[in-house]
This record gives sequence, C-alpha cells and structure tokens, in this order.
Amino acid sequence: MTNAVHIVVCAGIVPDPLQTLEPITGPNGPGLKNEMVLPAVLDPWAASALYEAAALAAKNPGSKLWLVSLGPKAKLQQVMMTIAQKVAFELVPIDGPIGGFPDATATAAVLAEAIAAIPGLDRARLLLFGGWESATRGAGVTLQLVGERLGITDQFQGVDQIELRDDGSFEVLERVEGGKHQVSVCAGTPAVLGWATGNLAEPRNNPQIGMANMRTIMPALAKAKKVALEANSLRYVSVALPRQQRTTRVVKDLTPDEIAHELVEWIGAE
Amino acid sequence: MKSILVLTHADETGSTLTRASLEAVTAALEITTRLSIPLTIGIVAADASAAATALASTGARLLAASGEAFAQARYSSDAAAVEALCRTAEATIVLAPSSSRFARVAAGVAHRLGGFIDTHITALALQGADTIEATRWFYRQRVEAVLSRDARPWFLLLDTGTNMAFAGYASTPQVEQISVDLPALRTTVSGFRAPSQGTQTIRPDARMLLVAGAGWTKKQADGQIHAAEAGELILGFLQTTGASLGSSKSLVDQGGDGQPVLPFLTHLNQIGQTGSTPRHAKGLSTCCHGEEPHVVGWRFIADRRAISLDPNCGWTRGKADVVYIADAFQVISKVNALLEQSNAS
Repeated sequence: MTNAVHIVVCAGIVPDPLQTLEPITGPNGPGLKNEMVLPAVLDPWAASALYEAAALAAKNPGSKLWLVSLGPKAKLQQVMMTIAQKVAFELVPIDGPIGGFPDATATAAVLAEAIAAIPGLDRARLLLFGGWESATRGAGVTLQLVGERLGITDQFQGVDQIELRDDGSFEVLERVEGGKHQVSVCAGTPAVLGWATGNLAEPRNNPQIGMANMRTIMPALAKAKKVALEANSLRYVSVALPRQQRTTRVVKDLTPDEIAHELVEWIGAE
Repeated sequence: MKSILVLTHADETGSTLTRASLEAVTAALEITTRLSIPLTIGIVAADASAAATALASTGARLLAASGEAFAQARYSSDAAAVEALCRTAEATIVLAPSSSRFARVAAGVAHRLGGFIDTHITALALQGADTIEATRWFYRQRVEAVLSRDARPWFLLLDTGTNMAFAGYASTPQVEQISVDLPALRTTVSGFRAPSQGTQTIRPDARMLLVAGAGWTKKQADGQIHAAEAGELILGFLQTTGASLGSSKSLVDQGGDGQPVLPFLTHLNQIGQTGSTPRHAKGLSTCCHGEEPHVVGWRFIADRRAISLDPNCGWTRGKADVVYIADAFQVISKVNALLEQSNAS
C-alpha cells in the first residue's frame, strides 16, 4: 500500500477528428457550427492520460482514479457510454460550455475547484493527469494552471512514461525539442503530469467494466454542477478557416524513373 | 503599453541562447521599436554571461536568473526564476518562446502574477499604442483566430519558426543579477534519452520532411510484406537528403497491434491530430492516405508532394501541390540511387 496513489485525470470532450469543422460567431462569441450535434470523443491526449492512469492504479493496489470532465451534460453522457467500457474510474462531471474558445484560466479555475471538493481525495498522494494539450484550444496551459491553484510545484509536460519506485519517488520521461525525452526523477507525489501519447494502446471495450462504471456515472451526471466560464477580457477579432486551398497536380502517367528525376530536382531546388 | 519583457533561456550547454529565444527577441524588438517603449530581456541560464553578450546590442535592460539551479529545466526552479524576472521587470506584456522549458512554466507564473496567457502565437500585430492582436490556431491547426486581451500582465508564447532569430554584434553587457527564492527542489533532471536506437530521425532544423504512412508495411504487388526493405529505403532517403522523418498515426500504432513495424519509428515521429506540427520548407508524403487528422500536422509545410497508389487519396483533394500516382518502393529506390550518384560526383 506504500505506493497507493490518488490519480485525478482531467479530460475534455472534443469533436471527432474526422468531422468537418466550421467556425461561427454567436452572441456569446465564437464556436463551431452544429457543435452540439457533432459526434464527440474524449480528448485524445487526455485519453492517453486516462489509460496510463488506469494502468498505474492497477499496478499499485489501493490506488484510486477519478475522471474530471467539463462539458455539456448531454455530450458528457454520450462520450462516457464509450469511455466507461475502457477502464474503471469515478466520474466528476461539470456541466459547462464545450469547445476551444473559452479562456483557459477560467476553465482551470472551475476544474481546480471541482478537484479540491472530491470527497476522500488525499492531496498528498495526488497525481494530477491530463493531456499536455487539448485537441480544441491546444494551449497546453490548463493543467498547469490547475496544478498552481492546487499548490503543486512539481509539474511535467509532454509525458510519455512514468515509473513509480518502491520508495515513492518516480521517474518521468518528458518530450523536449529534437525528438528526445528529458528524464527527471521526482521525490514523490503530489505532481502534475500532462501526457502526450504514452506507451499504451487503447484498451478494448469491457462490458463488465462499463456496467460497473455506469452505476456511478449516471448519478454523478444527474448531480453535475452547472458552471459558466469567465471571459477574462479575452476578445476574438476574427475566427476563420484557413483560406489556403492548393491546386493539386495529379501525375498519373510518369514512370518511377521520371518521377524520381522530378523529385530529385525538387529536393535540390531552393 | 508601458514595457515589454521577453524571456529567454539557454540551451543544454547552459550558456548559449536557444534559437527560439532569439526569435522571441526579434518579435519583442519589432514592437518596442515601433512604440518607442523600453524592452527588458530576462535570461534563465546556468551561466548568463554569453547570452548577455549576445543580447547587449539590443540596448535592452538585461536581467539574469543564473546559477547551477537553472542548469536544469524543471518546473519549480524555472517558475521561481521566471516569476522573479517578471516581478523585477514589472512588464505588462511578457513574450517568450514556446519551448518545452517555458511552455512548462509560463502559465503557472502568469497565475502567480494574476495575469493571463495565450500560447502557440504565430503572429503579433499592433493596433494603436495599447492593443496587441495575436494570431493562433485552434482545433489542431484547423481554425485560425486573431485574439486580444485588455487584462495585464499578458503572457504570449511565440511558436518557433515564426520570426527571424536576433543576430546582433557581441558587446560588453550590463546585466542585473536577480535573486531568486527557490522552493525545496524535489525534482532532479538526470539527462536526456533519444527514443529510437541508432540514428536520430527527427531533425527539426531540416529543410525537408519525409512522411512514411502505413502503406510501407502492407502487402505489395507480389502479395508479400517488405517491411525490412521499406526501412532501408526510408533510412537511405533520410541519409542522402538530411530530411526529418514523420509518420502517420496508423503506422506508429501498428507496433501495438502486433503488425510489421519500422523499428526506428516511435510516437515522437507522429504528425497530425495527436502528433506534432513541424515546420519544414518542403514535405514529401509516401504511402499515406492524406486524411484530415494527419494533414492538420502539415499546416506549416508550404511545399508539399505525395507519392500514393490511390488516385483518390486525400492528398489529391487540394492538400498537396503534386501527387504522384506510383509505387513508393520503386520511386524512393530510384531517388536514393540518383541522390547517392549526385553526392558521389
């Protein structure tokens, strides 16, 4: 039990990456057209964090895992139907806005408040997990801000691996420039880890885990606190799709030799 | 706008400024010159003297948080250093590079100072004397927005490759050494680890990106898989061109599914929705469908070509400049031969 940890994973929900996105501006600022009906998934890097958290909890008996997620209640329920079948967790839902345009500082304030209020959470044993960037705002700041609000000053971003040691310390591999990992050793919890892809494949659906999770998820969703996010003076001047559309030359009638010559010339051109 | 602070840091040597830091200096100088306001440059390094010498010709006030504690890039010490620099400078706008080192701490420091932060800024524009407008991407480079804030201090992290690196003349600097109250340091950086064995295939400074898709490890015309040959061709291309290697998610994920893999590929090579968005002048895609979740990672690659057997692949729909409908095995083999011949002569 010496290495039992309390892991809180912060994970938002995002439009399925295969969906076409069209920005629109409404009375409350920018958003996506038909945002509420776009199929949604758990944020991919945050999903990596969830799977890594579940694996870590399984390896360290006595550990606990919570998933904190902010989004419209109906969308959260839709995504949880899938995620709940992957790994066992306790959901802490927050009923609030969806999308990448709200201010990260406001989002972090809401998340930190929800985490601080989790019954039974031992903050001395806390590992705060999440994606290092979201697939919506992609700022890479929310988790850091939540950590600061919770007073955690050992933080790691772009994490691909954590190895918990018997003495409670752990080694972390963080992505840095040049395709390398920085290797750090932290004396112990609490800490913040913003995950990149990690090393685990997506777990297969397990209906038994799903049924067990849903027993607590549905009541939690029913009681989800509704929140509004402060703008914090953030003002959007414009929000648009990129204009660049290429005129593609499709080459079907050249031999591999001719293509190779054309490519070599292209590679050498300034 | 009263003043601007630009934060810089040393590279792994502990004394030389990173290119990303010098790019941020250029961006800051453009604004301060136009508005005739003072510039302060903060340096975080084990030894700030070389960095200060390189920056002296900016004419900026130079502040340094230096010492052994700052030889390592870790949250607790870096956040304390950046906080001390910001408090001393009292700047309303803080610019910094989106490096792994500052991206790890800048938001935390903004919170400590009661400020706000926006990251991955690709352009800055001035509107009058008080308003900065910042351009950044949302939804993994699929939506572009221009935003502004009135609240201060406002931290802006600039993406690398969006400005020229500052290159002044070396002169004797006047540096103010800033005292930093360090918290108890519980984290030690023990070094760096290259994820792949052998040659490093990720080269951020390369002019060219080669992307390998899952097609390289699928059955070829003879009904067989030729993963070993694929690996040799790809590494041969990287060797002769000096290109950086990217990959689609599907090819990297194959390792976890027990399918044939290219042993030198890791998740770090992955480009797109759940990978990186590198900056190279040219990109060549091979054996990749060019679906949107992958192509969003090509946003900052201007000149794009693709080799694909599928004439209806995503690249043909306005995502590449030229698409060759051909067998990448044959084409890359001949390209490698031509380049080797050219290099030898």
